Amino acid sequence: MARTRKGVIAAAGALSLAALVLTGCAGNNGNPLSNDSGSKGSSGTITVGSAAFPENAILAYIYADALSDAGVKTDVKANIGQRDRYIAALKNDEIQLVPEYTGNLLQFLDSTSKVSSSDEVYSALQTAVKNGGGGKLDAGKAEVLDQAPGQDADSYNVTKKFSDDNHVTSLADLKNVKGELKVAANPEFATRPYGIPGLKSTYGVSATLTPINDSGGANTLKALLDGSVQLADIYSSDPSIAKNNLVTLADPQHLIAAQNVVPLISSKVASAKVKDTLNKVSAKLTTDQLSDMLKKSYNDKEASDQIAKEWVKANGF
Amino acid sequence: MNSYSQAFAWLADPAHWSGATGVPQRLLEHLGYTGLTLIVAIAIGLPVGLLIGHTGRGREVVVPFTGALRALPTLGLVILLALGLGIGILPPLIALVILALPPIIAGAYSGVESVDREVVDAARSVGFTGSGVLWQVEVPLALPLIVGGIRSACLQVIATWTVAAFLPLGGLGRFLYDALPNEDYAQLLAGSILVIVLALLVDGLFALVQRLVTPRGVLAGRTADIRTKTQSPTRKDPSWLAPEKA
Repeated sequence: MARTRKGVIAAAGALSLAALVLTGCAGNNGNPLSNDSGSKGSSGTITVGSAAFPENAILAYIYADALSDAGVKTDVKANIGQRDRYIAALKNDEIQLVPEYTGNLLQFLDSTSKVSSSDEVYSALQTAVKNGGGGKLDAGKAEVLDQAPGQDADSYNVTKKFSDDNHVTSLADLKNVKGELKVAANPEFATRPYGIPGLKSTYGVSATLTPINDSGGANTLKALLDGSVQLADIYSSDPSIAKNNLVTLADPQHLIAAQNVVPLISSKVASAKVKDTLNKVSAKLTTDQLSDMLKKSYNDKEASDQIAKEWVKANGF
Repeated sequence: MNSYSQAFAWLADPAHWSGATGVPQRLLEHLGYTGLTLIVAIAIGLPVGLLIGHTGRGREVVVPFTGALRALPTLGLVILLALGLGIGILPPLIALVILALPPIIAGAYSGVESVDREVVDAARSVGFTGSGVLWQVEVPLALPLIVGGIRSACLQVIATWTVAAFLPLGGLGRFLYDALPNEDYAQLLAGSILVIVLALLVDGLFALVQRLVTPRGVLAGRTADIRTKTQSPTRKDPSWLAPEKA
């Protein structure tokens, strides 16, 4: 008997706790998608979503601000989560627009794709989006607009001194370098096609991996600067590249798939005005511009919406 | 259940048991790192702990300080230290020594403190000097607790050295860090099993050492205490208290 009563009390406690958590979520809008009563795009408002990292959130606010300035009603649901989450949100019409990266989105929609140059990736992506990407999107209901010149892709970087001493400005130059080549990158770089194996098969360069698990962060940078490694994999829009005078090696054989910034949009809201505005935005988004904005986010701790507002203003929208 | 069978299949694959990235090599690296960490931590922690226990002074300062150091997250500390010291073995070594110090110090001072004051007084009264009391009376009697502190430190160090694979270092953590981004859960689980088995084996070894270093009189006294809850006659037997060459 005692046991049963204890069980009942425990169950009641668990239930009330769950209720508390649920109401808490609804109350403070912890889930960016939970509070969308009636805003399902039908009212003419475009809801811009974003992945959960600063650069993507900044881009979402830029799209929203530029569109507002052009007279389109917008709303932002930033930091939704990972790709599978926000693509599902686009499919469900909870959002209608999201800043994306061509290579990664193509891989997500069509994992068999092998193309890597900007143009090839972009045209393959257009097809994949139109076909619905194996059911991840509804066929014919979404499209990508013009891609921006700016990229946020993996990139091989060397110090200015290493570049000058060895006359290296491109991955193709590496095979002439005498001595050991170590690359600091995440552990998966040992097996990924754009990592150590690709360096060998595409450029004939033998390098060894120095695994540092911070995705091209401060420890990777430190290893490159103190000479523990000769190369480092750092995201191309990372402000630390310019700050430390690093030389990003050119990739003439397109070892690394292009990751141009591109707007993914529901076709039903993609009016001529919306398309025109977003294409103008994309035309001005270079990798340097992305890097500048990230610097404000990382170093100056500015809020994403504020950084976006400044950029939109400075670029005359 | 499926993932466990995959992990055991991974462990059974002979390809994973040879070469510079094989299990034996990683095990040796892990044991080497652990041994090095313990040597450094013992060299620092044991004298400090014995001094506190013997003199009864410094406890108020050292104990909260080492306790607070222990609250530092080890991975965060490794990353922070690597920013200053580079990607060598030093950052994780320092971080792990900090983790190992508190149990070693605590084992040493509580061991010495737990020695019956009457015994210490008796030793003094028959002519032991300060260091004589420490080395011939207090330390032998405290050995089970001292080894217990080292044992507890060792267990934590074996388990936590895995985080060092955040940097380009070997050890069993390599299996975990390399498996995660590739979603190789068989290797992830196999690596975890290896760490657990290693920790249990070494802990068992320490349990044995702990038994061996327990002085006979103490052992007899303890067993009697547990059985009868009364003072054992062996404890009162002064013969084992007498110094060898009195």
